[in-house]
Amino acid sequence: MERQVQRLRQAFRSGRSRPLRFRMQQLEALKRMVQEREKDILSAIAADLSKSELNAYSHEVITILGEIDFMLANLPELASAKPAKKNLLTMLDEAYVQPEPLGVVLIIGAWNYPFVLIMQPLVGAIAAGNAAIVKPSELSENTAKILAKLLPQYLDQDLYSVVNGGVSETTELLKQRFDHILYTGNTAVGKIVMEAAAKHLTPVTLELGGKSPCYIDRDCDLDIACRRITWGKYMNCGQTCIAPDYVLCEASLQDRIVQKIKETVKDFYGENIKESPDYERIINLRHFKRLQSLLEGQKIAFGGETDEVTRYIAPTILTDVDPNSKVMQEEIFGPILPIVSVKNVDEAINFINDREKPLALYIFSHNNKLIKRVIDETSSGGVTGNDVIMHFTVNSLPFGGVGASGMGAYHGKYSFDTFSHQRPCLLKGLKGESVNKLRYPPNSQSKIGWAKFFLLKQFSRGGLVMLMVACLAVAAAMIVKEYL
Amino acid sequence: MDSFEDTLRQLREAFNTGRTRPAEFRAAQLQGLGRFLRDNKQQLQEALAQDLHKSTFESEVSEIAISQAEVDLALRNLRSWMKDEKVSKNLATQLDSAFIRKEPFGLVLIIVPWNYPLNLTLVPLVGAIAAGNCVVLKPSETSKAIEKILAEVLPRYLDQSCFAVVLGGPQETGQLLEHRFDYIFYTGNAYVGKIVMAAAAKHLTPITLELGGKNPCYVDDNCNAQIVANRVAWFRYFNAGQTCVAPDYILCSQEMQEQLVPALQNAITRFYGDNPQTSPNLGRIINQKHFKRLQGLLGCGRVAIGGQSDESDLYIAPTVLVDVQETEPVMQEEIFGPILPVVTVKNLDEAIDFINRREKPLSLYAFSKRSQVIKQVLARTSSGGFCGNDGFMHMTLSSLPFGGVGSSGMGRYHGKFSFDTFSNQRACLLRSPGMEKINDLRYPPYSRRNLRLLLVAMEERSCSCTLL
Repeated sequence: MERQVQRLRQAFRSGRSRPLRFRMQQLEALKRMVQEREKDILSAIAADLSKSELNAYSHEVITILGEIDFMLANLPELASAKPAKKNLLTMLDEAYVQPEPLGVVLIIGAWNYPFVLIMQPLVGAIAAGNAAIVKPSELSENTAKILAKLLPQYLDQDLYSVVNGGVSETTELLKQRFDHILYTGNTAVGKIVMEAAAKHLTPVTLELGGKSPCYIDRDCDLDIACRRITWGKYMNCGQTCIAPDYVLCEASLQDRIVQKIKETVKDFYGENIKESPDYERIINLRHFKRLQSLLEGQKIAFGGETDEVTRYIAPTILTDVDPNSKVMQEEIFGPILPIVSVKNVDEAINFINDREKPLALYIFSHNNKLIKRVIDETSSGGVTGNDVIMHFTVNSLPFGGVGASGMGAYHGKYSFDTFSHQRPCLLKGLKGESVNKLRYPPNSQSKIGWAKFFLLKQFSRGGLVMLMVACLAVAAAMIVKEYL
Repeated sequence: MDSFEDTLRQLREAFNTGRTRPAEFRAAQLQGLGRFLRDNKQQLQEALAQDLHKSTFESEVSEIAISQAEVDLALRNLRSWMKDEKVSKNLATQLDSAFIRKEPFGLVLIIVPWNYPLNLTLVPLVGAIAAGNCVVLKPSETSKAIEKILAEVLPRYLDQSCFAVVLGGPQETGQLLEHRFDYIFYTGNAYVGKIVMAAAAKHLTPITLELGGKNPCYVDDNCNAQIVANRVAWFRYFNAGQTCVAPDYILCSQEMQEQLVPALQNAITRFYGDNPQTSPNLGRIINQKHFKRLQGLLGCGRVAIGGQSDESDLYIAPTVLVDVQETEPVMQEEIFGPILPVVTVKNLDEAIDFINRREKPLSLYAFSKRSQVIKQVLARTSSGGFCGNDGFMHMTLSSLPFGGVGSSGMGRYHGKFSFDTFSNQRACLLRSPGMEKINDLRYPPYSRRNLRLLLVAMEERSCSCTLL
């Protein structure tokens, strides 16, 4: 593994991945890969998650195509030097921030959206000019295999490589030195990744999870709220890091919510959910059993059927859930929706704040003031008001967690920035030495006054201001030369 | 249960009440910082003189004025920095409100080193407070006079329910780090940086590490040697070399070295007189430990200028070493003292290879008459920051982010970058309950037709629309 990283580092050092044209070629190749091998990719994802190919396309492939197009369209602007405001002393100099690649980055994916969670970061890493190793999750075997097969066929094999394997391979990989690590997964492993990164002072982006609360106000369009929540909760069989994990609402709303979700489930998946091509399955037996155990002792208002052979768990709602029960202690990551009653929005806010900061937070209400209040008084990675999941799709919004739900963010421009070093540059000339005399010892009080004036006043660009300032600078230089 | 537990709990409780959120509160705290600097200027200068033999000029310019400027900048811009940042939307979200909310993280820990003990306390503190956090400050126990003022005087200017100073050495800091913080800002060395990051990992605490390294200074041929020497000497010997962004060593050709050394002597004499030990403008080494460390480095290569040292005064003369080998100790660790080794290279390529063989530095300097040379050095190396034809002037521009890369650190600050560093950027999308017809497109049962329409709706306005 060390040799593999070394090889990538050599290739990176050669400078090949830096020219914009090269990066765009690689991105275009990725796009071709997604388009030409769509069938293979979709069937791999479908096999891993018992997902229809249509779903696989809309859940994963759309996002990647959008991301690649974004990068292709915006790369010149993203990679360009950004000028910075100057002060008097640097007025005639060039001051800017230049984005640069970091080097060799490591991207560790998760199994729930196995394609997009590798590809979207990879698009960012390539756009920023890095070399990259991707490590798909071994739980989504088919996607891992297809990535290992396809990526080397389309991308520069010296700069980008796929490493597959389980815990021991990942541990070995984490011993190597990278210039950035982006990990998507759970909190426990997130800590391990950051600890490993600390040994090399490698910066990390951790996309973790948590229990994303969903507060339903009594003053909201309950039909629409339930429809949207049903969609976000049961998509991918609940195995979505930003799925609404649990609902908080006043007790009086519970029954209606259950009824409406039940109706919506029927609309979406038909009478016989098991036969709907749009309803997925649990990834493996371990998670299936875990989810089954969450149902123990709970009041199942709707659903609750399970079938171990196919790892099927019906869309389920639990009511009157005890906040101390198991289902409220861990991220559910399955098609089980607990409803916890609270007296009012105050109690809901306290409930949320008593717990770890979630990756996403959802609020349904007609009352914009209430929505703003919930946002003001809580914290989370992201928020969608009156809907679920959707903030993920706006790629001008950074996607990431806070506290136990993660650190750092990506998507669109934020991917580019995550995988770049923004290097401040100040280019001066070798002239103008007389002004510099201000700063050299031997020192005097008057020198201090001038030094502060020159150093610490900032000016924005404006033709007239520049002219005035240039004159001032010249005058000052002359004074300085005369008297100091 | 250790002594920190109560303090931290109280600060967290204060944070949870929301006291630090309103702009008025934050502005009042920042004004308090400004008053702290103004009211105690004399004592602060005396303390800096006591700790580091800092001259009034250096104290003013590199500690007090810079801190004041950051306070002022934050006060001027607080409300605009705090505003929700609107972002562009796609067709599907056109009627919605999409913005980034800047929120405080909560409880922030700032660990400060001894070399610019006021600046490196106040500048991060301004950012943390402006961003609405509660702060625990851990000043360096090595710069004792400043530590005392920070512990005893500074809290009087701030709301003490939201701000605490914690004192101690490595052991206490280790204990402190076992607790959970919502952000840790550490300035210091790489060795401790790793310890801080490992401790932060246990709580998944995000961090900024401002570390150091050996900042190379490449000097091209055909430069005006005196001008280069003036600039390099000033930045090297400022604060007796105890500056994370000081040029650590020079790379130049043999010919350039022959011009540079006498020019450096010239500059040193001009700045500090014939006997620098008597100059009020030269600092001293912080303590015995570092003095002895630096004294050891004086044996490397050959002393071309200076080389004197006086233990009773913690004085090391502004020194230039030549004929230095890459393997010698002076080229193996960050010098952090008034010693400037000159390493000769045949040409620019060799210099760039030399730089790239080593860890990415915090700063990189290149002096040349030719802008292509400067641009080449820039393009073929990496570093936290870069300045062409001068020393760490790039630090004085708060419009430029300040931070390292690789082993010189992660994260950045100064000006608005400080505010952003101490803020959680929370993505918010507020949708209207209407427009459900468009949403219907996304619901099962899925169909190809719906998918096509959905794709159109999801493309960003600025991109060209392509129908599948």
